[in-house]
This record gives sequence, C-alpha cells and structure tokens, in this order.
Amino acid sequence: MAMNYNSKDEVDGGPPCAPGGTAKTPRPDNTAFKQQRLPAWQPILTAGTVLPTFFIIGLIFIPIGIGIFVTSNNIREIEGNVFMYYALSNFYQNHRRYVKSRDDSQLNGDSSALLNPSKECEPYRRNEDKPIAPCGAIANSMFNDTLELFLMGNDSYPTPITLKKKSIAWWTDKNVKFRNPPGEESLEERFKGTTKPVNWLNPVYMLDSDPDNNGFINEDFIVWMRTAALPNFRKLYRLIERKSDLHPTLPAGRYYLNITYNYPVHSFDGRKRMILSTISWMGGKNPFLGIAYIAIGSISFFLGVVLLVINHKYRNSSNTADITI
Amino acid sequence: ASGDRDDDGRCNYSSLLACGAKSSRSPRPAGRHRVVVPHLWPFRDEYEKLSGAYVNNRIRTTKYTLLNFVPRNLFEQFHRAANLYFLFLVVLNWVPLVEAFQKEITMLPLVVVLTIIAIKDGLEDYRKYKIDKQINNLVTKVYSRKEKKYIDQCWKDVTVGDFIRLSCNEVIPADMVLLFSTDPDGICHIETSGLDGESNLKQRQVVRGHAEQDSEVDPEKFSSRIECESPNNDLNRFRGFLEHSNKERVGLSKENLLLRGCTIRNTEAVVGIVVYAGHETKAMLNNSGPRYKRSKLERRANTDVLWCVLLLVIMCLTGAVGHGIWLSRYEHILFFNIPEPDGHIISPVLAGFYMFWTMIILLQVLIPISLYVSIEIVKLGQIYFIQSDVDFYNEKMDSTVQCRSLNIAEDLGQIQYLFSDKTGTLTENKMVFRRCSVAGFDYCHEENARRLESYQDDDDRADAPGGAALGGRRGSGDVRGPRQAAFSSPMETDVVPDTRLLDKFSQITPQLFTPLEETIQNPPLETLCIIDFFIALAICNTVVVSAPNQPRQKIRRPSLSGMPIRSLEEIKNLFQRLSVRRSSSPSLSSGKEPPSGVPNAFVSRLSLFSRAKLTSPVEEEGSRPSESPVGASSSVCCTETKRGNGGAGVTNGQVGPAAGQPLASSLCYEAESPDEAALVYAARAYRCTLQARTPEQVMVDFAALGPLTFQLLHILPFDSVRKRMSVVVRHPLSNQVVVYTKGADSVIMELLSAASPEEASLEKHQLTIREKTQKHLDDYAKQGLRTLCVAKKVMSDTEYAEWLRNHFLAETSIDNREELLLESAMRLENKLTLLGATGIEDRLQEGVPESIEALHKAGIKIWMLTGDKQETAINIAYACKLLEPEDKLFILNTQSKDACEMLMSTILKELQKKGQACPKQASLSVDLLQLPAPQDSELRAGLIITGKTLEFALQESLQRQFLELTSWCQAVVCCRATPLQKSEVVKLVRGHLQVMTLAIGDGANDVSMIQVADIGIGVSGQEGMQAVMASDFAVSQFRHLSKLLLVHGHWCYTRLSNMILYFFYKNVAYVNLLFWYQFFCGFSGTSMTDYWVLIFFNLLFTSAPPVIYGVLEKDVSAETLMQLPELYKNGQKSEAYLPLTFWITLLDAFYQSLVCFFVPFFTYRGSDIDIFTFGNPLNTAALFIILLHLVIESKSLTWIHMLVIVSSVVSYFLFALAFGALCVTCNPPSNPYWIMQEHMLDPVFYLVCVLTTCVALLPRFVYRVLQGSLFPSPILRAKHFDRLTPEERTEALKKWRRAGKMDQVTSKHAEPSADQTGRRPPSGPSAVFAMRAATSCAVGQGDTSVCETALDLRCSDTEASQVAGPQKTKKAGSPPSLKLK
Repeated sequence: MAMNYNSKDEVDGGPPCAPGGTAKTPRPDNTAFKQQRLPAWQPILTAGTVLPTFFIIGLIFIPIGIGIFVTSNNIREIEGNVFMYYALSNFYQNHRRYVKSRDDSQLNGDSSALLNPSKECEPYRRNEDKPIAPCGAIANSMFNDTLELFLMGNDSYPTPITLKKKSIAWWTDKNVKFRNPPGEESLEERFKGTTKPVNWLNPVYMLDSDPDNNGFINEDFIVWMRTAALPNFRKLYRLIERKSDLHPTLPAGRYYLNITYNYPVHSFDGRKRMILSTISWMGGKNPFLGIAYIAIGSISFFLGVVLLVINHKYRNSSNTADITI
Repeated sequence: ASGDRDDDGRCNYSSLLACGAKSSRSPRPAGRHRVVVPHLWPFRDEYEKLSGAYVNNRIRTTKYTLLNFVPRNLFEQFHRAANLYFLFLVVLNWVPLVEAFQKEITMLPLVVVLTIIAIKDGLEDYRKYKIDKQINNLVTKVYSRKEKKYIDQCWKDVTVGDFIRLSCNEVIPADMVLLFSTDPDGICHIETSGLDGESNLKQRQVVRGHAEQDSEVDPEKFSSRIECESPNNDLNRFRGFLEHSNKERVGLSKENLLLRGCTIRNTEAVVGIVVYAGHETKAMLNNSGPRYKRSKLERRANTDVLWCVLLLVIMCLTGAVGHGIWLSRYEHILFFNIPEPDGHIISPVLAGFYMFWTMIILLQVLIPISLYVSIEIVKLGQIYFIQSDVDFYNEKMDSTVQCRSLNIAEDLGQIQYLFSDKTGTLTENKMVFRRCSVAGFDYCHEENARRLESYQDDDDRADAPGGAALGGRRGSGDVRGPRQAAFSSPMETDVVPDTRLLDKFSQITPQLFTPLEETIQNPPLETLCIIDFFIALAICNTVVVSAPNQPRQKIRRPSLSGMPIRSLEEIKNLFQRLSVRRSSSPSLSSGKEPPSGVPNAFVSRLSLFSRAKLTSPVEEEGSRPSESPVGASSSVCCTETKRGNGGAGVTNGQVGPAAGQPLASSLCYEAESPDEAALVYAARAYRCTLQARTPEQVMVDFAALGPLTFQLLHILPFDSVRKRMSVVVRHPLSNQVVVYTKGADSVIMELLSAASPEEASLEKHQLTIREKTQKHLDDYAKQGLRTLCVAKKVMSDTEYAEWLRNHFLAETSIDNREELLLESAMRLENKLTLLGATGIEDRLQEGVPESIEALHKAGIKIWMLTGDKQETAINIAYACKLLEPEDKLFILNTQSKDACEMLMSTILKELQKKGQACPKQASLSVDLLQLPAPQDSELRAGLIITGKTLEFALQESLQRQFLELTSWCQAVVCCRATPLQKSEVVKLVRGHLQVMTLAIGDGANDVSMIQVADIGIGVSGQEGMQAVMASDFAVSQFRHLSKLLLVHGHWCYTRLSNMILYFFYKNVAYVNLLFWYQFFCGFSGTSMTDYWVLIFFNLLFTSAPPVIYGVLEKDVSAETLMQLPELYKNGQKSEAYLPLTFWITLLDAFYQSLVCFFVPFFTYRGSDIDIFTFGNPLNTAALFIILLHLVIESKSLTWIHMLVIVSSVVSYFLFALAFGALCVTCNPPSNPYWIMQEHMLDPVFYLVCVLTTCVALLPRFVYRVLQGSLFPSPILRAKHFDRLTPEERTEALKKWRRAGKMDQVTSKHAEPSADQTGRRPPSGPSAVFAMRAATSCAVGQGDTSVCETALDLRCSDTEASQVAGPQKTKKAGSPPSLKLK
C-alpha cells in the first residue's frame, strides 16, 4: 500500500527533538476577518430596494439629455469663433500599417532620427538614398488642398475672410511633441540631407512662410498627424476669429469657397467636405448624446414604475423571507 | 510483488532455504537484490565493488539547483498548455508580417505570470533546500575504521555499510539493520510519528543471533554480509538475510529494520548497519509529494477555455476574411495598402492570412492568462479561511482542520455521495468494555452500563487527566500527551465488574490446576473456562505496559514497585543485570542450532530454565535483582526455582491481590488498537492484571492464582485477512503449549474444533456453548456492540515443534513470505475451543446523528462501509440516523452470485412497484449516467449488503443492477467489507454514476478508499495518521464534515465558479471592444488603446477585485447554510456554473462590449477625434462597467472590497495621467501624451462614461432585481434570513421547512408520469431463472421493519434454500448467521 508523504511531513517529523516549550496551539484566532464575519454591506436586489435608483437615474438623465440636446442644436448659430474643418470620408487613417508608419522621434526634432528614420516608416523611409523628413505613410498622404473663403459682398466683390492658421492643433502637440530639428540656422539648413515625402509638392520647411508654423511644427501637419479614429472624420483646418462682440463672425451673406485641388479621393470612393461650425462646451454638433440621455432616462423612469407595480404586488414576499413559490 | 523476478533467482532462494541455508556460494552480484558488506578494511575490495552504486545519505529534495533553476522551472511551467499558448503568441509577434504590438510588449504578461510562479517555486524550493541542509548536517555517531571508534559525522556522510550507534531519543539517519540494543531483550522501540504519524511505539528486534550477545557488537569483528531486496517504498516489508562468515543465514524482516526518520525510544543505545541510505531509504521513497487533483469546476472551466479558443478563432477568421475583402477593394490604393519595404504590394488573400495571426495576437486576452494565476491565488485564500475557521478546532486534540490538497476545495461544495467508515469516523473509537459471555453464560455488567451513562453527561472529564499526568516529564515526549490520553480515559479503564461473574471468580483456586489430570472428568469446566477467558483477554494482544510516570519506559518487573526506586539509571542497570535471565527466542527452542559464537552454556541454561518452569506454578523472577549477571546459569535457575515456590510472599508479599490493585492502576497500557486496551482493562477489573510484557514472556497478576508468567512462544499478529490474532504461550500452570486466539466471531466460529469422536459428551457441551454464545453474539451486535470471540487450543509439544519448524521456514523465506506466513497461521489456528465472547461499545461521536441528518437533507447519499458485522452496523446506522425507523430495509446477504442477482431483482421489482406511485423514479432504471437523486419522502429505503455479497455485486455483470438498486436507497450499509472492497465500491459509484464522491475514514484500512474518491477526508483519530496522510483534508471529528461541506464547500464552490465566470466575462467584454473597432479600421488589427494600458488593464486594474471576490464573497451566511442544508443542492447540481450560465455570461459580455463601443462611437462619430483619444473613454467606461458588474454580482461587500475597487479605479487614473504626462515620444505609434488630461477637462468624456456604464449594466441589473423580486432562487431567499432578528428567523425557518415539504408534494403530483412504461429492467425473467438455477442459498434476512417486502423474499428464500439445503450442510462451518426466517 503506497502511502503519500509530503516532503514537509517527513522533514518536520524527522527530528521532533525541538522542545515543545513554545508549543503553538493550532487554534485559529477568533477574529472577524479570519472567521469571515467582517461587517458587510449585503445588497439584496429586489424591486423595493432599487426603486429609488431607477427614479433618480431617470430624474437626472432626462434633464441632462435635454440640456445636451439643446446645446448641441444651438451650435449651428454662427457666433463666436467659427471653426473651419475639412472632412474626408472613407479614408482609413486608422489602418494599422498606416498608423504606425511614422517616427515620433524624428517629429520631435531628434537629429539622429531625422537622418535615420525608424524602420516603421518603410517604404516611405528613404527616397533616392536620402532620408525622408517627415517619413512614413501618414506624412506622405497629408491633405494638401487649399481652402479659401470669401464673403461675396453686395458689390459682388469677394472679400477674403481671415483664416487663422495657428492654434488649430493641440497646444501640447505644437509645443512639446512636435519640434523642428535644433539649430540656429535657417530651417532649410536644419533639414539638410533629407528629402521631401514622395507625394509632397514642397519640402517640409516650405509648408508655411511663418517660421513659427513651418517645418514639423506646421499646425496643418500636426493636425494631420493626429490620425483619425474612424474612416469618416473631419480635421480642423482654420479658425475664423470673431472680430468684435457687435458683429457676427460670419454675417449672413453669400460666400465663395476657393479650393485648390491637390488631393485625389476618387480612387477610394472618398468624399471631401468643408464644414464651418462653432463649438460649445461639449464640442461640435452631435445630437446623439442628448437623445441617448433622454432615452435612457425615460427607460429608467419607466422601469421604476414597473418595479413599483411589482413591489406593490410582491411587497410581502420581497421584504420577509417567507416566500412560498 | 516478486512477479518480475527471474526464475533463476527464485529457485536459488527456495533451494537455499530448503536445505537449511547451508550453501557456500560466492557473493551474488547486486542485481535485483542488494548486498551490503561492512564499510571496513577487510571488506574494502568487495565493498567498493558492491556499494559503488549505492547512494549515500545526502538528501536533496529540491527540484532545482542554482544553475538549472531558470531552464528547469521554465521547462516545468511550459508543461501547462496555457503557458505554451502564450509563448506561441509571443513568438508569433516576432514575425514582422503579423506583428500587432511591439515585440517586447507581448512578452510582458507571460513574463509576469512566469515570474510570479517562478518566485513561488523558488521560495518553496529554497525552504526545502534549507531544511535539506539542516538535515544533511545533523550529526550522528558513525564507526570510523581509522580511529576504531564511533565518531561524530554528518548525516550526509553516512554510507551503506556504516555502523551507527544511536542513543535514546536520537533520530535514525538511514535505514539500518538492528545489530545490537542495550535492551536486555534485544529489542528497541521506535517512534514512527515522523513517518506515518502513529505515535505509539513500535518494537524492533535485534537480528537473531546477535540478540544473545551480551556486549556491544564490535564492528571490527563483524564479518557477516547482508543480502536484502532492492530499495522499495513498502514500509511494511523488508526481506533479506544476514550471512555469517560460516555461510549460515539468518532471516531479516521488517522487525529488524530501523527506518530513517524514526526516533529511538526507551532504549539506551542501539547499533545498526546501514543498508539503505539517502534517497533509497523507505522514508524517502515514500516521499512522493502532494497529489495533484483537478477539481470538477476546473475541468468545467477548461472546457470553456476551449470554447473561448473557438470563439477566438471565429473572431480571427472574421477579421481575416474581412480584411481580405476590404483590401481587395483598395488593393492598389497606396494609402491603405502600404507596400512592403521592398515596394511590392501584398495580395488581399495573403494579407487576410497574415491578418488572422495578427488578430490572434490582438485578441489574445480572450484566453485569460491571468485566470490560472488568479484561480491559484483564490484557492490559497479559500484554504486559508477554511483553516482559520475556529469551529473546526478541537480542544481535546488541540487540532484543527488540515487542508492537504490545495486545489480541490471547491469540490467540497459538489459532493453527491459520501462514503464513510464507521469505527473511529462515526464513532469515537473509544472502546468501552460492555459485556461478555463466558462458557455460554451472559454477563451483562449492569453496573458498568450505569457507570457509562454517567460519562455520557460530562464527556470532557473523561479526556483530560491522562495528558495532565504525562505533562512535563520529558521535553519531547509529551508533545503527544493529549493524544495518548484518549487511550486511557477513565471511561475506558474503569470497568466495573459484574457481580455474578465475580462470584464465580471466588471459586478459582490454585488447586484447580494441581490435580488437573484426575479431575478431568468432573471439572468445574466453567471455572476453567473463565480463567482461560480472562487470561486470553490479558495476554492475547500486543499491549505494551508502561508506568505513567515514565511514559515510555516499559514495565518489566512488577516487583520493582515494591522496591525503593532510586533513579532511572539504577533501574536501567537493574534491567541490564536482569537481562541474563532471558528465555529463548522461539526459533531457538525449535531445536535449531544456536548461532556460532554463543556459548553452549547458554543453551543448557535455557533448557534448564524451561525445565525449572515446569515445576514452578508461581514464578517470580524479579525477586533477585541483585544477582550477578554472568553467574553460573544453572545455579541461577535453581535459586529461582526455590525462590519461586515460596517466594511470592518473601520479598514481594505485597504484590498479592491486595497490593495488586493500586499497582495495577498505575500501569499504562499502550495498545495498537483501542479494542485491545479495552479488553486488557476489562481483565484488570477482574484482577487479572497484565503486569509486564517482554518479547519472551508475559506476566499476569491473577488475583486468585497469584502472579503468572507465561512464556511467550509466538505471536501471530492481527491482520485484516485472517481477522484474528493468536498468541502461543506455555501455560505456567499446566505447562502445556496453549494457543489463545481472539478474532471476529464469523472467523473464529468457523475454526472451532469439529467433532472429535472420543469426546462426544464434551463435544456436545461445546456445541451448546457455541450455540448460546452465538445467541449472545447476535444479541450484542443488535445493541451495536463490537463483538469478539475468544478461543483456545491446547497443543502437544510435538505438534508445536512440527508447526514451528514449518513456520520458521516461512519466516525466513524472502519471496512469497506473506503467503507462507498466512498458511502457517492457518495451520495453527484451527480446532479451537470456544471460551467466550466480548461486547465492546464504541460510542457515537458527538454530533454525528445531526451531521448525518443535515447531510441527508443536503441531498448527499451516504454509504457506510464497515468491517463490522451486519447487526452491529445496522444498529450504528440507526443510532446515527443513517437509517430512520420507518425506513424499509433490504438486506443482501447471499452466498452465490446467482442468488444475489435474483435477490436484487426481487428487491428492485418491489421498489419499482412502490416507485410507480411516485413517477420521479421511473426514469431511473435505464440511464445510469443520469441518475437523479430520487428524493422521495414517502419511500425511504435502506440497503444492507455484506462483504461476501458485495463481492458478487461488484462483478461486472451485476454492477448495473446493484447501482440501480442503490440509487433507490437513501442509505447503503456495507458491512464486513475489506479495505479493497471499500475502494472498489467508491470506484464503481464514481466511475459509473459520474458523481462527486467523498470518502471519509480514519484508519489504514480506509486509505485506498480515501485515495480513490474525488475528495478523501481523514479523521485524525486514534488509529494513527495513515488516513490523514492519504487524505485531501483532515478533520478531527466527523461532525466537522457538515460545516466543511455545507458552509465552506458551498462558499468555495460558488465563489470560485462565479469568479471564473466573471473572468470569462471580463476578458470577452474587454477584448470585444477591440474586435468591434476592427469593423471600422478595415480589419487591419489596429488597437485604439495604448498597449500598455491594454496589458495593465488585465494585469493590474481589474485583476485584484475578482480575486478578492473569489476569496471573500459570501452569498449566504454560515448560520443560514447550516440551518438550511437544502441549499447545498445548489452546488451539487452545479447551478452556479452551468454551461448555460457560461453562454449567458458571454452573451452579456457581448452586449456590454457593444454598448461600451457604440455609445462613444456614436458620440464621436464624424468628429475630429483621433484613435487613441477615442480609445480613452472606451477604456474608462469598460473599467467602470467591469468593476460595477462585480458589485452587482456581489452578495456582500466589505471594506476590503471597497478598498480594492476604489484603488483599482484610482490606480487606473493615476497611471493614465502619469503616462499621459511623461510619455512624449515613447511607445509609438500610440501616443498617450496628454490625452487623459485633455479628457479630464472635457465634460463630454464624463457624460459618455456615465451613459455607457449605465446602459451596459442596465439589463443585468434589471434581471437581478426581477430575479430577486419575482423568482428568487433558494439561495436568494435564504439570504433574507440573515437580516432577520433571531425570533423572526426561527419563525421563518419553520415556514421554510413547511413550504419545502409542500413543494415536494405538489411537484411530485404535478410531474407527469411520462416514461415509466417500458422502462423497467428485464428483471422478471432473470429472476425466475435465478430461482430455478439457484445452486446455493439465497438468504434475505429481512429485519423486522421489512414488511411487505418480506412476502416476496420469503417465497424466493424458501425455494432457494430447498435447493441449497444439502449443499449448505456439506460446507462445514458456514457462518451460522445464515439462518432462514
């Protein structure tokens, strides 16, 4: 008959010579924790106990929903700063191989990465034996249409609207994440030894005349590099600042949009749009959230009523234990 | 055991033995046997040749060394399929084409898991290493050939062939053959508690031939060689021989072997030669480590893991196909199909193929890597709480529950069948002498019964004093004080004699014996019988006598008490001097040549000695303690003889009847089994006191006859096959060789002497005694007493010598020894004369009936498997409420298979007739695999089956029928079952019914059953620790079982199953977020979450709450669970984790992930949000959903839950914020920089998270609410009880029970009797056939409570018995219990 011995037993039992003076009794401590008697909140989910929850949810959600809905619907009035977006549809900026095809070090102004971009950028890493700056598929496919907005006055003479190019990107992106290669010399010098992305018309140091908005810190570029989450997306293009409190930013009238067409989207059934929008505390216009809140609040309220009925019917059974089926 | 041994070897051995072991053969090569020669100069060459292959005594129980730790640990860990899977993923991620994450990141979870386990293993191993080192460096005295004396050496340096000298209380370093003991009798006691936990001393004997040496064995002169079997793990076997230089051989047995790890007790010093060292010792070979069992729940979970794999494959295929289709539309758009570095474009098909693997990496979390680690942690926590339960603490034994298996705690909650041993498990195993029958007269000991009743009340008192008396004597010895006390509580020791019997004792005078020859015709036969009976009670055992003040010092001479005891040393000296006067060992008196080197004078002395005994009716050896040890032997004997005649009064006058009593009460009896002790105490009550025992003689102080010294010729120890034990002694009064046998009545009755023609009248007398005794025995058994028969046999010297010679051959054989010994015993134990019978009560343990009742209510079927006889078993079964008085009892007790089959089908038919009233059971008969528990209050049946019939029932052809039959019965009692049958029964039920079984037992005979069952529970009682060692859990009392199962089992099961389900839910819900996103990124395998967050989400933020939940969750309080055992059925039916539950959980997970994805999706649709900013609210909402889901599922939440949940949330936000602040360009392409910060300032983020969480959890919440109000499960209803005041509670409990009964009745009637027709087994024809063909008797011994059934049975019985009648009489000595009613 084979018996099983634990190594521990053999060892422990081996020399029992140890004096049993400090004999430790195996009696377990009678503490609430060890005896699993810790005071506990024991929620019993019955109609009676959760009734208030549903009503409270209903009472909170419906006003919130209405608030959101109203806010969202008000957005169309073009007051305050107006944001000008370009929108692309069916453009998969979130494709895995596309998303990773960039070199953040290079964009952060790292000199070594500038001349030797990450392998992730392949096959847009080098062109004609020169490193591409900025490398990768994202940069290569940068949106490069130009949009200009004119107000057609009464005299049919178009007045150009001032479109602000700056502060359209995240402040942290512009100031921390994206940096031009260091140096005192001109931007062109600093980008020396690199070549422009294949699809670009101009090299990176010629994106804008403003030195504060050129090179890697060009905000159009930064905005493009923040890859969209979904295939139908918009990106902030320009800012139309309100001039004074007295006049609307974009007064009613006829407008003229001039598009310099550089960016083909037909091949992938894409569409381009231009959107003008104001922004509220909850971002752009989107009725979904408000409706959802109202709906859920109502459902919750309704459930509350149902549970109230149930609670009335089964009042006795839910409060005491003598439930006989 | 020796089946694989080559014929050659066997031949050699048998021939050797046949020719008296005189053969000069060159030393055998080691081969399958082991040859040990002393590790000394003369044997140097041979030693090197032989012992080169033997390991030394260094042990290493560690698995790893410093060098191989990493590779070996990894190797072991990758034996787990799950780890291999994750390794595969890691490797996959290194393939550039399919890489989904950064290469290094995928390794992280695996590395973390492997590291945690490796650290755990490493620490465990290091602990072992330290203990090994400590043990290896223990010091012992080894004989050094250089210095020619014993020097201190470390254990690790001991080698095979070394001589070792050990003193008292030292631990034996290696298995060695005992060559010398300072004990005058050549014995030595060892305590094996380190090996098997049994704390009673075991006796070991010096190798025959060496025992007679007076001086210590001199290693230099030792020239023998030892040949023994190869190392094996059988603790109870050691075979070999010692070959002296003159080629003479002496057999070696386990009696000669000192085992490593045991402690020398009671013996000043011993010397032995090492035969097995280190890892070849029996102790180490037995060290197989803890068992690994896989629980039912885990098996369930594993199948669901496989479902998850399937799900994963489906999802990945979807991704692959989707990507292929998507890409085929844009194959040449370089925006989307980014070319390879070398500029070529991947075709959509190939891209789809790659995508499959990418998706596997991406969605890998679906297979929960942390599940296994979490399960292990949770189980540790559960075990911790089981062991901390103060209710399991037993003050008397100072012990609590032991969890020896760490991974099957949840199985405790699913037990359907319970197999219990009786003695020591249900009963206390405190044997109390109740009554006896001598020579056909019953003595019912009424006073004794009254005394026992008084103990019933204050049980505690009975247990304390022994331990107290032992306390403080010897540092190490009295650790087991309290346990020892249990053997000698006053309840067991103080037997009040029966007055009637005492009267008869007064007739006893020494004169009865002197004129023995003349008075043979008109003897006070009864008086003789009484004397023999009590002598048998006193000496037919293996009880060791010790004095309580010297707990482990055996009492050798009663006379010592009459002398002023000066010191322990002096007593020892006395013993040594006295040791000269040892009698021969049995083998010597058989006429065999004494070993060389022993002076001839010794032999003559012996013969003189024994002759002296003939003439001395009363012997008192101890009267001359001061005699010189080596004095002329003959003169010693002479003086003794003289002294003996008149001596009783001279020096030891006080050791008469008068002084006997106080002396006797100060004696302690240490018995191997409590029955023996009870009988010895009973004999003592009649002033037949066992005074001392040595290997050669037993001293009994018989009040009327004075002290008697029996020369102990032989002991045939008890074994479960023979079910009896015998001692062979030379009776000091009659000087005859007498065999006293004591054993189970069924066995003894068969061995009683058949008709001896010349003594017809005596024979007749014997027959009446036998009949009367049998009646008494049945009577005892009906009262639930354990019965034993006592018998004797007188042998002539020649008969004895003849037997002894054969027996010696059996003893010295190496192969087939067991069979030969059994045969030899059979030759001795026959033609016995019945003396009487005893009835010993074994009281039920506290709380057993209540526990059994509760377990019954919990839907557990309880089987009692016992070796006791039928009547005893039935009575105990009634007493412990296993059987109710109104139960119908069916008894299966047949002598043949056919009869058994017939009887079973008859009973089945009977039951089915009844069963038709209750349609529930109709479906039972056909599908054994789906046997539901027939819970029927109307028809309660119990089945009793005896061991012999069980043998038939267990045969393949009858198994089904037997199981079907048992499924109708609430309780099954198997009596007269052997250990093997016990395990076979468990195996049968477990294998065929596919149920969860639990076996509980306390003795070595339960070990196999314990090992076979799903859960084995050992009761750490008085029968040693073997059962405990083999068990998964050890409790100290049976009643603890109810809390262990009903409360902890239920908790462990529900906790773990809910946790596992939650794990599946959590992983599926989270991973699906990634999956849904694939539909919007062209199935390109993009993850909208940063990889670190993804990994930490599972590894950190959501791992602790489920673990806490798994350890601390309490659905119903312990009190309610104990009060409502019905709640246990929840676990039996696996209600917490059904396949359906799993799929519902998955469905919910899918729903929640859909909500969690699409609420943010619709919110941010068309906006300028970027990938990782989009992922942030998804993650955050998922975190809240997952944590709050757990809160909804939790039935009780303590501050620990709250703390863990809050800290999970806090750590998530802290991590996200810190990561967002610090990671500027790290971890491309995901860029968490400032995302969380942006979101924390954005109200939409909060709105989205709140909405998502609410919508996701709403359905489950509503479901739980509706469930709680409209259709609460029993568990939920029971939960309400915890909120009530005590008064309300009792009221509610009453209502509950009433309702439960009502429910049962209504549902019974409601259920249509769908499939009862045509489903009956074909029992009809076979029954008829069986009746016709019955070749042996079929006996259904219906108890009185068998009512209608008896009609059926009776007809079959009579018919069967007619056929069987003649045959039965032919079969001599068939158990008389087979009476027909």
